Amino acid sequence: MIPTLPHPAWLRAATAVYVVAFLAFLFLPLVVVAVFAFNDAPYPAPPWRGFTLDWFLGNSSKGRTGLIADSELMGSILTSGGVALWVTLLSVLLGTANAFLLERGRFPGKQALSVLMLAPLVIPGVILGISILAFASRIAEFADDTLGWELDFLRPGLPLVVLGQFSFIATIATLTISARLRRFDRTLEEAAFNLGASQAAVFRTIVLPYLRPALLGSAAISFLMSFEDFNTTLMLVGADSPLTVMMYGRMREGASPVLNAVSLFLMAASALLALTFMRRRPQAH
Amino acid sequence: MLAPAILWLGALVVLPHVELAVLSFRERVGPHNYAASLAQYKTFFTDPLYWNVFVRTALMSVAATLLTLLLAFPIAWTIAKLSTGRASSLLFILCLIPFWVSETVRTLGWMILLRESGVLPALLVKLGVTAVPVEFLYHDATILVGLIYTSLLFMLIPLISSLESLDNALIEAAYDLGAGGFAILRTIVIPHAAPGITAGCIVVFMLTLGNYLTPTLLGGKNSQWFTEQIYTQFITRFNWEQGAAFGFLLLGLSTAMVVIGLKLAGQRFGDVMRRT
Repeated sequence: MIPTLPHPAWLRAATAVYVVAFLAFLFLPLVVVAVFAFNDAPYPAPPWRGFTLDWFLGNSSKGRTGLIADSELMGSILTSGGVALWVTLLSVLLGTANAFLLERGRFPGKQALSVLMLAPLVIPGVILGISILAFASRIAEFADDTLGWELDFLRPGLPLVVLGQFSFIATIATLTISARLRRFDRTLEEAAFNLGASQAAVFRTIVLPYLRPALLGSAAISFLMSFEDFNTTLMLVGADSPLTVMMYGRMREGASPVLNAVSLFLMAASALLALTFMRRRPQAH
Repeated sequence: MLAPAILWLGALVVLPHVELAVLSFRERVGPHNYAASLAQYKTFFTDPLYWNVFVRTALMSVAATLLTLLLAFPIAWTIAKLSTGRASSLLFILCLIPFWVSETVRTLGWMILLRESGVLPALLVKLGVTAVPVEFLYHDATILVGLIYTSLLFMLIPLISSLESLDNALIEAAYDLGAGGFAILRTIVIPHAAPGITAGCIVVFMLTLGNYLTPTLLGGKNSQWFTEQIYTQFITRFNWEQGAAFGFLLLGLSTAMVVIGLKLAGQRFGDVMRRT
């Protein structure tokens, strides 16, 4: 049970075996993805036929198109990155405004509003996607019928993808930034005001530096969640596919090690983001 | 400060769902001509295909949630109670890492492991367990494995935080009074961890029910997942009225489970969300 109580040896051994098996279960899929990105074979399958970098660098001279030469995949990485930047920007801005609203504001219906803010996390992503799609089309049709305007950004496409992802990622940014603002010592602000600082100066020199770890943290989480979102994105996507949708399409068609290569790139990128984020974390407390 | 929040929730959450509700309660009677009707919901209850897929999705999600709880509990216990300091945080970070990687990538890993030409069938042939490679994809068990895999972290985090707050002295006292391991688990650990267990189960159930990627890729044509029906109606067949009704049914089931879960554990929604 716990270390202070007598512990039969078999139980200790069983725990160790279980932990090792559990970690193997967690890492096995990632390891095979990484390993078969370097296999010198047209399919990501055993046996091992030797090491190659063709699936990264191949320029279709050997009939192998590597990641670098695969303009469709590279384009979708850029698309995802662009979408994620917009979602991050919007989410962090709104999350900050919401944090002040929830922690500092006093207005009727605050309790109800703070519960409603959590709703996007319990609505399945697919349903968020279709509801935004339906509502956007309604507005687009209305504008077309009554005013004769063509509002193309309300048709399936990247602007709708940004809005769809933003609808629930904003909640996460709000929670992260509010949690930090709640622990802020307001006497610091009062001291600055007593010393004659203006509202803007207090915000810029005291509140903002204090919130910085939460702002950076929520930006990292927002970017990652946007980049990896599939459910909501699938419902709102137009002609340009973000990476997850593009990979899904290719995975249904068949297997090519170039998908392993792009996956390895993704793993490296999220590891990098996680490391910088975790290094910052201790300073946050 | 109120304006951005209202704009966000109004334009992207509340009004879209009102629109979805309106869509689901109407029927196309001619070009550009619609009438209020319950036809979309009637189709769901009279066509056994949709009904079966719905029930199947719900039951598979319940199974995945319970199995995730069973598999995650010993690890949460190890992290919260058995290991200390560095070992404990190292173990936790190791459990966290796979979830920084996109679900698409993790599913690709399972496909490479399990497909007929994949790693596991090849290994079984080599070990002499099977004569020819076996296809592991496209079974219900495979879908469950994939769903459990994507859900583990969402179970682990609330479990760990609720187990960490359990005072070891309570367990020691029970032991000194002669309680066995099972009695301690049933009368002390589980009641104390109930909020964490509820939070984990609610989140995992919701995510599983709304999952699209894992069932369709690992289950192929046999996946029969309800989100797939919504996609088919909405995107492939362009039958938005039917798709909206399906969406609402899924949302209803998901919400019902959240409410029942909270009632069972006597907790408030906000507290649970902050826990995860």
